[in-house]
Amino acid sequence: MGNQNKEILTINNVSIQFGNFKAIKDVSTKVYKNEIRFFIGPNGAGKTTILDAICGRTKVKSGNIIFNKQHDLTKIKEFKIAKLGVGRKFQAPSVFNSLTVRENMELVASRNHSLMSTTFGSLEKEQKDYVDYILDFIGLKDEQKFYPQKLSHGQKQWLEIAMIMVSRPKLILLDEPVAGMGRHETEKTEELILKMKKECSLIVVEHDMKFAKHISDYVTVFFDGQILDEGTIDEVEKNPDVIKVYLGRGSEENA
Amino acid sequence: MIGKIISNKILYAIMLFIFLAALPFFASMFQVSLFAKFMCFAIVAIGLDMIWGYTGILSLGHGVFFGLGGYCMAMYLKMASSNGGLPDFMTWSGVTHLPFFWKPFGNLAFAILMVVILPAVVALVIGSLTFINRIRGVYFTILSQALALIISTLLIGSQKYTGGSNGITGFTKILDFSLTNPWVQLSMYYITLLALIVIFFICWILVHRRIGKTLVAIRDGENRLRFLGYNTSVFKAFVYALSAVIAGIAGALYVVQVGIISPTEVGIMSSIEMIIWVAIGGKGTLVGAMFGAILVNGFKSAISNQFPDLWSYFIGILFIIVILWLPKGFISFHEIPERIMKFVNRNKEEI
Repeated sequence: MGNQNKEILTINNVSIQFGNFKAIKDVSTKVYKNEIRFFIGPNGAGKTTILDAICGRTKVKSGNIIFNKQHDLTKIKEFKIAKLGVGRKFQAPSVFNSLTVRENMELVASRNHSLMSTTFGSLEKEQKDYVDYILDFIGLKDEQKFYPQKLSHGQKQWLEIAMIMVSRPKLILLDEPVAGMGRHETEKTEELILKMKKECSLIVVEHDMKFAKHISDYVTVFFDGQILDEGTIDEVEKNPDVIKVYLGRGSEENA
Repeated sequence: MIGKIISNKILYAIMLFIFLAALPFFASMFQVSLFAKFMCFAIVAIGLDMIWGYTGILSLGHGVFFGLGGYCMAMYLKMASSNGGLPDFMTWSGVTHLPFFWKPFGNLAFAILMVVILPAVVALVIGSLTFINRIRGVYFTILSQALALIISTLLIGSQKYTGGSNGITGFTKILDFSLTNPWVQLSMYYITLLALIVIFFICWILVHRRIGKTLVAIRDGENRLRFLGYNTSVFKAFVYALSAVIAGIAGALYVVQVGIISPTEVGIMSSIEMIIWVAIGGKGTLVGAMFGAILVNGFKSAISNQFPDLWSYFIGILFIIVILWLPKGFISFHEIPERIMKFVNRNKEEI
């Protein structure tokens, strides 16, 4: 990851505080174009908090988050951050239940979300084709007229990922995309993420180590609001500190 | 295509419009004037359904916007009926000169313009302040209800300029035509019907375009939508203003035909009644809201004639029935047999 010119996101000395609780303490890292970055670490380490800060949901106490070398995301409202090209998938699948699968997709497919465009504009053919393409890709083409209640948990997760894909972001934040999925569904999600990587960068928060091993380019290990280690998955797995606070605990539980 | 039209319930709307258009040919003048009033209420209900049924924002203060439209029109009618003199209630209160803000309302075009602009401005100011500051849910509802209370109290308090609790009444003329002339009344009836049809179809088109889907998405998950790049505050302020303008137009049409506007129409009680029409008819379906307003008020006229004291009990019971057994309102009447069967079967199993 030596190419300094291809940074998409730079987190500089970010601290986040809730009351007296310091959730994130002076965290800095860089994410590059077309990279799949994993944020791992035990519960409460601050992985989701940092995602919240990137997409404008949580205010930072100090430091800044530079997107695409020009925008400081800590000073921009969330809907504008989304328009700049940062897509966020939340932990629980949250799609719009009163809209059909296709309507959910079309809501995002047009990148102009103004009052005028939603009232008078319609989707361009290219955008409709892209919706078709993505629906086909996630295997929901036959379900496009269904309401999300009819979908399985995995299908809902994919629909939400697809909604973010269809807006063609430059950076996608995925919070536990495979939680509650079976092996087969997880493999399909892996395939989906690898395909997305060709078009954008991704930050993935996930506990499933097998999943991280399969697709991650680079891993950041969080512990207690700080970065414990950073490197490829094989490198961090060998770090004794990481084994002690995170990986080791997993194997104890398994034992 | 035909199946889609039926499922959109638009067929019911077209049938209703045909019935309303034919009504003056077989009904008495009294019934025609009743239905003219019901149509005004149906217009309000459509606007309320846009903001409550589709966007999920419960406003308990739409009487204010109905009243704003109504008072603007009433000011014109009063001036037209006073033959250049002071309106009667002002003389009684000892006012000697026409207040400056009354003067422009002598012009019908200005009054009509204000019927649209005033509710829009009030709604946009209140809407931007509340929605940008993320005031929502029950807090917005309470705020809207307070607005109804404030405005109706203000109207009662400024007796000299607004006629106080009696409101403004005693109209005789519109544009030199006598309001008692049956042809004028019939024309007003058809103007109201036209307004109902136009407003219905504008809203119907809106809810079927992407803006309609956006409003529904705000109802389902406003935060989610914001993280997808939508500035939801703008959409909420817009739908609030839209429903306010619709209520204002309804208020203006109401005044011309009913001949009185008073703080009662502005206050909390009438604002809540408007919500009940939508709930009983079926929120989230424009047709349901429209039918709700007409049916509830039809019952109201029929029952209040016979048993004036029983009306509030009746509407209360009706409301409870709808909440318990018909959450989608009476427009989903085709589900009634199914629901009864389910209820019976469930009880059988318990035995």
